[in-house]
Amino acid sequence: MSTPGPVRLEGREKVTGTARYAAEHTPPGTAYAWPVPAAVPRGRVVAIDTGAALAEPGAVAVLTHENAPRLKDTDDATLLVLQNDRVPHRGWYVALAVADTPEAARAMAAAVRVSYAPEEHDVVLAPGHPRLYVPETANAGVPGSRERGDFDGAYASAPVRVDATYTTRALHNHPMEPHATTARWEDGRLVAYDSCQGANAVQETLAGLFGMDKERITVVAEHVGGGFGCKGTPRPQVVLAAMAARHTGRPVRLVLPRAQLAAVVGHRAPLVQRLRLGAGEDGVISALAHEVTTHTSTVREFVEQAAVPSRAMYVSPNSRTTHRVVALDVPSPSWMRAPGEAPGMYALECAMDELACASGVDPVELRVRNDTAAEPDSGKPYSSRHLVECLREGARRFGWDARDPRPRSRAEGPLLVGTGVASSYYPVYLMPSSAEAHVTETGRYRVRINATDIGTGARTVLAQVAADALGVALDRIAVEIGSTALPAAPLAGGSAGTGSWGWAVHKACRALNGMVDARGGTVPPGGLTAGADTAGDVPSDPPDAKAAFGAQFAEVTVDRDTGEVRVRRLLGVFAAGRILSARTARSQLIGGMTMGVGMALLEGSTMDPRFGDFAERDLASYHVPTHADVRGVEAHWIDETDLLLNPMGSKGIGEIGIVGTAAAVANAVHHATGVRVRDLPILPEKVLG
Amino acid sequence: MRAFAYTRAGDVDEAIAALAASPGGMFLGGGTNLVDLMKLGVASPGLLVDIGRLPLTEVRETPDGGLRIGANVRNSDLAAHPAVRARYPALSQAVLAGASGQIRNTATTGGNLLQRTRCLYFQDVAKPCNKREPGSGCPAREGVHRDLAVLGHSAACVATHPSDMAVALAALDAVVHLRGPGGERTVPLCGFHRLPGDEPHRDTVIERAELVVAVGLPAPPAGRSAYRKARDRASYAFALASVAAALDVREGAVTDVRLAFGGLAHKPWRARVAEEALRGAPATEESFVRAAEAELAAAEPLRDNAFKVSLARNLAVRVLRDLAAPDGGEASAP
Repeated sequence: MSTPGPVRLEGREKVTGTARYAAEHTPPGTAYAWPVPAAVPRGRVVAIDTGAALAEPGAVAVLTHENAPRLKDTDDATLLVLQNDRVPHRGWYVALAVADTPEAARAMAAAVRVSYAPEEHDVVLAPGHPRLYVPETANAGVPGSRERGDFDGAYASAPVRVDATYTTRALHNHPMEPHATTARWEDGRLVAYDSCQGANAVQETLAGLFGMDKERITVVAEHVGGGFGCKGTPRPQVVLAAMAARHTGRPVRLVLPRAQLAAVVGHRAPLVQRLRLGAGEDGVISALAHEVTTHTSTVREFVEQAAVPSRAMYVSPNSRTTHRVVALDVPSPSWMRAPGEAPGMYALECAMDELACASGVDPVELRVRNDTAAEPDSGKPYSSRHLVECLREGARRFGWDARDPRPRSRAEGPLLVGTGVASSYYPVYLMPSSAEAHVTETGRYRVRINATDIGTGARTVLAQVAADALGVALDRIAVEIGSTALPAAPLAGGSAGTGSWGWAVHKACRALNGMVDARGGTVPPGGLTAGADTAGDVPSDPPDAKAAFGAQFAEVTVDRDTGEVRVRRLLGVFAAGRILSARTARSQLIGGMTMGVGMALLEGSTMDPRFGDFAERDLASYHVPTHADVRGVEAHWIDETDLLLNPMGSKGIGEIGIVGTAAAVANAVHHATGVRVRDLPILPEKVLG
Repeated sequence: MRAFAYTRAGDVDEAIAALAASPGGMFLGGGTNLVDLMKLGVASPGLLVDIGRLPLTEVRETPDGGLRIGANVRNSDLAAHPAVRARYPALSQAVLAGASGQIRNTATTGGNLLQRTRCLYFQDVAKPCNKREPGSGCPAREGVHRDLAVLGHSAACVATHPSDMAVALAALDAVVHLRGPGGERTVPLCGFHRLPGDEPHRDTVIERAELVVAVGLPAPPAGRSAYRKARDRASYAFALASVAAALDVREGAVTDVRLAFGGLAHKPWRARVAEEALRGAPATEESFVRAAEAELAAAEPLRDNAFKVSLARNLAVRVLRDLAAPDGGEASAP
C-alpha cells in the first residue's frame, strides 16, 4: 500500500470530543472516588480515623482494609488493594474516599488520618546489594541466565575488548489519559468502563478477584488515551472502582491523579548493565556478555529482560546473558514500551559504538559484519531479517558516508555537532484471537472483535484488513471493538495487536466469503455471520525466529557552554514485514522514536532514599519531549515479504521505534563531544563534566 | 481542593479592602500557579479575590523614557509589545523563554513575580518543607536538589525562584508599584524578592493585602541587552541557570553593564560584584570570565548542583561576549 491510507475511523469523534473515554461515562447516581496513598515507605497501618473525612460535605464512604470487600487471591498482588494492613512501599493505597463529587472525594481523602507503625526501608538499587539473586525467568518468560560457549576464555583472548557499564533511571509511561474506571453493579452483574489495553484480561482478573463467573462482567474500553504498557494488565483503579461501587451501591468513577501513577501503575525499573564485547581486529564479535542488575518490589517479581537483545542481535559464539534482581521496598515495576529491548538495546548499541571506536571499523560496517542469519541463542533461522538493508538504506538517506569519524570534529559556532547510529530490534509475538464477520442482505459488513485502540489506529487498520480479505470497499465495513461483549481477543501489547487480531479478522472474513460463495453469492434476510478463532493456527514453538529490525541515525548539537543536547535530525529505517497502513504506521514509528529521544535526553525519576518515592511525579518535573525537542524525525521502511508470519505478512510496529533511539543519540553525543556518557538521561551536567 | 469563597473585585481599592478583611484570602490573577497549588493542597485560601479583570492592562510610556507595565498585562502581550521588543529585548526574550504559549496567554505580570518555587518538596504536602510549614524541616538539602539554589540559600531553605521575566527585570532596574490598605509604595525589583534566611515562607517583602499594581522600567540602559536560559529541554522547562545582561562598550571598554542570574537563588540574582569588576574594564573574554567568577565565588553548591556554577559562568561569559560583538554574536543560537 503506497498511499497513506484512510484517516482514522474515529478521528472525527476524537477531535470533536464526542468519543467517550472511561471517565466520560456517567451513569445516574455516580459517586466519585479518590485514593489515599501510604505516607511511609514500609510498615503497617495501625489505625485509620475516617471521622473527619466522613464529616465532609458530600461524603459517601471511606473504604479501608477493615471494611473493603474481600478479594480472592491472584498472581498479581499489586491488585490486592485494601486487603490487609501491610504497607509494602510508599504510595500503596491504604484507603479510598467516595463522595458525591470529585472535589469532595479529594477533600475527604486529605482528611483521612492514617497512623502507621513504620519499619526500616531499603529502596536504593546498588550493584553490590547483598540480596541480589538470579531469577529463573525474566519478563516474557525468558530464561534469567544463559551461557553459550566459553565467554571468559574467548573474551580474555580477544584482540579488541570493550568493557562498559550503562545505567538508566526509573522511567514512567505517563499516557495522556490517566488510569480511570467507571464501575457499576446491576443485579449481580458488573459493568466497568476501564482505560486499559485489553478488556478480556481485565474481565478475567475481576472474575477471579470477586469470585464470580466472567460472563457476569462486562468491561468496555472503547477509546483509550495511550497505554505504553502501563495499562497492559489490570491496574488497581479498576479493582478499587468495582469494590467501591459494590460497597456503596452506587456507580463509582475513579480517575487516578497523575502524581500517584508512579507508585501504582508500574514503571521501567532502573538498570545497571555491564557489557563486555570481545572481537577480532576486524570487529567481528567472538565474546559477548550482557549482565543486568535491576530491582523489583516486594509485592511482585518483575524483571526487565534487558539482556535479551544480546541473545538475538549479532554473531556471538561465546555468550553470557544474565539478570540479577533485588526486591526492594519500592513500587512494582512493569511493562513500558519495549520492555527489555528498549533499555537493553541502549546498552548493547552503545557498546557496539565503543567497539567501532576501539576497532576502527565504521559503526554501520561493524553492524553489517556482525549480522547473522540465525538467532544466535536459539540457533533458529530468522524468517526474515533485513537489518543490513535498513543500515544501508538509512546511511544513504542520512548522508552517513560523508561523516568524519573523529569525535569533536564538527562545530558550528558554540555548537558541537555529531552523528550516531544504532540498530533496532523487536521480536514478533502472536497471540490467539477470535473475531466475527457479518454481512447484511444489502451488502454491508460488520466486524466484531474485542481489540483495543490505544491511539494506534487499530480500528482503522482492522477495517483495512477486513476490506482486503473480503475484497470490498472500506466504507462498506463497520468495525466494533473495545468491549468484552465482542468476540474475545488479546491485549494491545507486545506489538502483537494488529498481527493477532488481524489474523482472526482475516480468517472470519474469508470464512464469511466462503459462506456467501456457498450460497451462490446471495445473502439471506437477516444476513450471514462467520466466526473465527486462531487458537489452532498460531504456532506455540515455531521452527524459525521472527523479529522486526531497523536502523536509526541521529544528528545532535551540544552547546559547549551549557551542555544542552538537542536532536537536530532523527532518521529511522525499519523492516517490519508488510506495512498495512502507512499513515498509522508512520505515526507509531515516529511516536516511538520521539519517546526514545525522551529516554535519551530527558526522562528519568529519582528514588528519594529518605521517603521511598519517585521524586518526579508530574509532567512539570518528569520531562517528556516537547515539539521544540523534536525537529526532524523521519521514519521509513523497506518492503519485506514474509509469508511465515500471518496471513497479512505483518510484524508489529508499536515498539520498535523506541528501540535503538537512545543509543543513536548517545553515540552522536560522543561523536560531537568526545565524552562517553554512559548514564541516561544525558543531562547538561554530564556533558559539561 | 478545599471549598473557598470567590469574589471579583470591581476596582483596585475594592480588591484591597476585600483581602484586608479576609485574613485567609489571596488575590487571583491568571491562576496558572495558584490554582495548581490549591489542587495540590499547598495553598488553601478561604477567599479568592479575582483581580483578573481590573484594568491594569496598559503598557504606558513614562516621562523619564521608561515604561509602566500594568500588573494584569499578560505575559504574551508583554513579550510582543513593540516598545519592549525594541528597547528592552532582554525582557521580551525572558518572557518568551518561560512556560508555554498557553500559559503565557493567561499569566500576568504581577502573578509572574509572585509565583512560588517549584521545589518538589514544597509541592508535596505529605513531606516537610519550611517554606510551606515553617519549622518542619528542609528535606531538599539532603534530598533531590539538582534544580535548586547555589547562591544565598540558608539552612532552612534551598529553593529557587522560577521566574524568567523577573531576572530580566532585575537586570533592567525595574521597580514594583504596590498598593495596600496604607496607600502606595514602590520597591526596587531587586529588593522585592527575599533571600530565605530563617523565614523562607516569605518569598517577597509584600505586606498583607498589598497588591502589585504595576512594574516600572526606567529608560533602557545604554548598549544592548539579551536573555539566555539553559534548560533540560528546548521548551517548557524551568531554568537550570539563566542570564539577563545589558552591556555598553565604548572604545573596547565596558562603560555600563547590568547582569542578573536566574535559577540560582531564592530571588533573581543581580550580579553587582561582577558589574563592579567589569565597569571600566576591557570588554574581553578574560574580563567577562573574571567578573562572572568573582560573582560566583559566593556560590555554595549542594551535593548535586555544582554544575550550575560553571553553567552560569559560561552563560554569563557567552551573553556578554555576544553583546560585545559587533554582529551580536551567538547569543540567541540555537
